[in-house]
Amino acid sequence: MADEDKLIEQIISRYDGDAGMLIPMMQDLQSECGYLPPDHLRSLAKQLEVPLSRLFAVATFYASFRLAPKGAHDVTLCMGTVCFLKGAGAISEAICKEFRVEPGGTTRDRLFTFQAVNCIGACAVAPVMLVDGKYYDGVTPAAALEILYGLAKDKTTVEKE
Amino acid sequence: MTLLGHSRLGSIAELERMPEELLSLRPASAKSVHVCTGPGCAVKGAVRLYELFCMAVKNAGADVEIQAKGVGCHGLCEYGPIVLVQPGDIFYQRVEEPDVAEIFRETILGGRLVDRLLYQNPSTGQKADTVDEIPFYKVQQRIALAHNGLIDPTKITDYIAQGGYSALAKVLSLMTPEEVISEVEIAGLRGRGGGGFPTARKWRSCRQAEASPKYVICNGDEGDPGAFMDRAIMEGNPHSVIEGILIGAYAIGSEQGYIYVRNEYPLSVERLKEAIEQARELGLLGENILGTSFSFNIRINRGGGAFVCGESTALMASLEGRPGEPRAKYVHTVESGLWEKPTNLNNVETWANVPHIINRGGKWFAGIGTEKSKGTKVFSLVGKIRNSGLVEVPMGISLRRIIDEIGGGVPDGKRFKAVQTGGPSGGCIPAEHLDARVDFDELTKLGSMMGSGGMIVMDEDTCMVNVAKYFTNFLQNESCGKCTTCREALAQMMYILDRITKGQGEVGDVEELGNLAVLLEGTALCALGKTAANPVMSTIRYFRDEYDAHILDKRCPAKECRGLFRYEIDPEACKACGICLKSCPADAITGEKKVPHVIDQDKCTLCGICWEKCPFTAVLKV
Repeated sequence: MADEDKLIEQIISRYDGDAGMLIPMMQDLQSECGYLPPDHLRSLAKQLEVPLSRLFAVATFYASFRLAPKGAHDVTLCMGTVCFLKGAGAISEAICKEFRVEPGGTTRDRLFTFQAVNCIGACAVAPVMLVDGKYYDGVTPAAALEILYGLAKDKTTVEKE
Repeated sequence: MTLLGHSRLGSIAELERMPEELLSLRPASAKSVHVCTGPGCAVKGAVRLYELFCMAVKNAGADVEIQAKGVGCHGLCEYGPIVLVQPGDIFYQRVEEPDVAEIFRETILGGRLVDRLLYQNPSTGQKADTVDEIPFYKVQQRIALAHNGLIDPTKITDYIAQGGYSALAKVLSLMTPEEVISEVEIAGLRGRGGGGFPTARKWRSCRQAEASPKYVICNGDEGDPGAFMDRAIMEGNPHSVIEGILIGAYAIGSEQGYIYVRNEYPLSVERLKEAIEQARELGLLGENILGTSFSFNIRINRGGGAFVCGESTALMASLEGRPGEPRAKYVHTVESGLWEKPTNLNNVETWANVPHIINRGGKWFAGIGTEKSKGTKVFSLVGKIRNSGLVEVPMGISLRRIIDEIGGGVPDGKRFKAVQTGGPSGGCIPAEHLDARVDFDELTKLGSMMGSGGMIVMDEDTCMVNVAKYFTNFLQNESCGKCTTCREALAQMMYILDRITKGQGEVGDVEELGNLAVLLEGTALCALGKTAANPVMSTIRYFRDEYDAHILDKRCPAKECRGLFRYEIDPEACKACGICLKSCPADAITGEKKVPHVIDQDKCTLCGICWEKCPFTAVLKV
């Protein structure tokens, strides 16, 4: 049995093989692998007896699913209304320009994956940026770039598989 | 005995004895320090503060009765991190790590106030010793948030000690399902998720539906940007939501519930999981709850990051493992919802209100609010406002009181322009309607809506066309694409708005936006599509002059849309420091020492760097 089949079998058993729990299964898969690898998706479709096309429909419909590996760090910028009013648009522009990355994309050196999300519910301290789960409040374009350049220098940065 | 130090409760009487048992374990003189670890405070390092207080308590030894608690959002996020000392309701704001030792020594052990950390009223300069003296809290009335900031959300015993699950006990021992629904009907509770549908009517339809099994769902997919009420409840008092769901399930006749939580709220998922685990351990969830014939289980599902899943039929599609596309609702979900079975869905805040209604009676609840909107509503009051945070007010209060008295008005001497309510389905309400009452029907009349409770304040620097564009862009990205109108009309609206904000607007654009809005309202499939033009239409209704300025004069009155205003240097204010000159990427600024600098408008690319860098605010937008 291939490695992916074993992992998928394990994930499916967590939900008693209930195909209705497809989304939680895919979420588990993503948290294990960092993204949804094609072989794993094929295995999941086969074992659940669900068409692969449905898995792709789900994977491409929901913003949180990724079909490509992510960078070493997760950078999430909140684009909620308040963050937007307080300048998140300019922060996003600055990051995209400086690191040549698009929202949802990963930098070429795979240093970080940049995501612009709707609202993370921390409006009182807007604009907010999250780096690997750590919150930064009252961010400015300059501050954001400084934080991200800090990642580049960070010696502990090890590129994930 | 279990991890909780308490065995499974075998009867209702055992649950009813529990608060007393719990209280008897702690002397009345016991002191406690509550550290807010809600999102606003956590960002500012509150979790570390909590750890430091825990360490201080440990070091103080066993002979001193002190308890450190990490609690849910306290509301006044602007002044976070917030620390509350009991007894005495002493409120400390903007607490930092070095303050911990002082608070512990002076206040907790010594009973003296640390003056420096007290809240100071910005207008009177007066310090507030207790929570009640702070204007932000004075006007509020807390029901759904009643225990937020008081209880430790990770401990079911804390909730029970405050009277938690007593409503469930009451329902199971004294009330028939029909009586529960009648009580909620008397209360006049309406859905807090946005629609405002009468909760009791929904419950009754679902109860009367013939098919089985029946499902209940808690909608925690708080998707409106700028709203975090449900997050605060799920993270600050998860058991109130679970208790509400249990009562609803009993009334409806359901044995399986789901809580659908937004993907962006990992802490909410964690808190709810813990809470469900503990409730199960005590026998408040599972088979034969409290020794009765009532059995009920709850499962948590995480969303996938799709705004449309806040719509009930889309949410159910998502729970079934499909893309979250809404369906037409000629067959109601209370008859055929999840897995084509009768399904009752309510919002987090709606559920959290239920235990209070059962405990204190529908009449009490109906005594609060207006004729058709009963009770209170939680709002996240954010944007260009002094006291950003979470507020709960009785329905019927005026917008002005929320913004001025609770919110403290617009900061930095700026002028209030509008308040946006209802999220992307809502609209912007201008200054002339600030005396309007906040209830479901009044806000709809003004072209906005109650929505889930986001309240975003905008000042004179906010361009209303740009705000409309922001929401349209948001909705265009989040449209599921199933129905043609929503998919295509929003793209066209976005195209027109984009042109207007770039100075390429044409006469007739506003009318065209109006036509598309009519089309959307009349033909879109789901409520999100039908209301998608609200942000555009409400800004046209109240701020038509701003649209005209963009289109006719090629000018952005709020000076936000790039290209529709210029930068100039005020020769009076310019100190000729040369900072702007050095930082200008287009070499558009000229000047010498002691000579005020000048921007060459032909070379200027309007990047705004000089405006950001000038230490004397001598660069002006004109």
